[in-house]
Amino acid sequence: MSVAVRVIPCLDVDAGRVVKGVKFQNLRDAGDPVELARRYDAEGADELTFLDITASSGDRETTYDVVRRTAEQVFIPLTVGGGIRAVDDVDRLLRAGADKVSVNTAAIARPEFLQEAAHRFGSQCIVLSVDARRVTGDTTTESGYEVTTHGGRKGTGIDVIEWARRGEELGVGEILLNSMDADGTKNGFDLEMLRQVRAAVSVPVIASGGAGALEHFAPAVDSGADAVLAASVFHFGDLKISEVKDALRASGHPVR
Amino acid sequence: MSKKIVILDYGSGNLRSAERAVARHGVDVTVTPDWDTAVEADGLIVPGVGAFSACMTGLKSVRGEQIIGRRLSGGRPVLGICVGMQILFAKGVEHGVTTEGCAEWPGTVERLEAPVVPHMGWNTVDAPDQTVLFKGMDAGTRFYFVHSYGVRRWELQPDPMGHLKPPLVTWAEHGDRFVAAVENGALCATQFHPEKSGDAGAELLKNWLSTVE
Repeated sequence: MSVAVRVIPCLDVDAGRVVKGVKFQNLRDAGDPVELARRYDAEGADELTFLDITASSGDRETTYDVVRRTAEQVFIPLTVGGGIRAVDDVDRLLRAGADKVSVNTAAIARPEFLQEAAHRFGSQCIVLSVDARRVTGDTTTESGYEVTTHGGRKGTGIDVIEWARRGEELGVGEILLNSMDADGTKNGFDLEMLRQVRAAVSVPVIASGGAGALEHFAPAVDSGADAVLAASVFHFGDLKISEVKDALRASGHPVR
Repeated sequence: MSKKIVILDYGSGNLRSAERAVARHGVDVTVTPDWDTAVEADGLIVPGVGAFSACMTGLKSVRGEQIIGRRLSGGRPVLGICVGMQILFAKGVEHGVTTEGCAEWPGTVERLEAPVVPHMGWNTVDAPDQTVLFKGMDAGTRFYFVHSYGVRRWELQPDPMGHLKPPLVTWAEHGDRFVAAVENGALCATQFHPEKSGDAGAELLKNWLSTVE
């Protein structure tokens, strides 16, 4: 037996409320992240991820409150990402009950932040979230992919492979690899990018972006993903977590 | 009167989940670094995440190794979780640096050898027949692990006189095998996180609480 492929639903949370349509039946409040977290837990989610998209810092308290209430009711690992800029932010989220935090923009601005956070709290709770896409125009990188910021709108010219390796060196325990090309297409994960990143690092890699059908998940695992993450296909009820697991199991991958 | 459980707070990790996961079972839970409260509790949980050396430093700052020793000499239950299990062994080796642990058991905590490290996710375990912690669970039951280090050799020699009941060791596999749990009289420990292992974790905590009087 070996460790199971993790299936991870991601919820976008804005000022304490889940945004993007959620079409669950029989939910008292589909906008309540805690209620949704419980629902996903009951459906067999292996972990949960909250992406905090709260714009105003004044509303951030609500995020801590959501994390606190979730941790009180849901007994599977919880990762929180979005807007984490300082070691103190990490500390507050962990104290509220998060098990891991994912860091994206702040690490690009100042990579040492990853090292400081991993040193203080342990590698196991620091996830490097990477938004990457194929290079376009005059930009070239060895892998053919570059890291982006601003939700994929701005290229940095940094090779995704170099960045993943750097993250590992700085002590992150896991890499969340988001394909900005595949994101929202529902045409499947970017398998080539996954293969390249998998070959470059030895920490777990979570595939994200592009999931649209059951047959998309096993190829991501075949390409080296240790976990698969999706948002809208779960929220809109297109796919159930249990169906994704059945599909993975049918392809010979261990699931919980 | 409900059982009093203390979660030892020495500055390591997310204690809220452990607190809530135990409180679900109708016991009275306190999170504290306080010596008297920790020594006198019916059951003590020693959590731990991050580096072995950092955890030992934190543990010593609250005299945690003495709290554990005092409790065990009186047969009072202690449960170590994750690095809280690792620090019960004699030593930990990280980046070539050796740190002494509590030495309740001989053995070394060393880096796992596997293609992907940390070992992160839900894995099965191989528990001995007489187990209390895993009582009533299927062989396919999975628990949530997240660690880069582990105990890959169980070094405690059997008691030649046969007077002592040998500890029950549960193994798991990632790359090669490592100790996933130990049941040794009043001292129990798990490398995985029962407080994060959903229903299976709840069952395990319930089984542990059944040993607490």
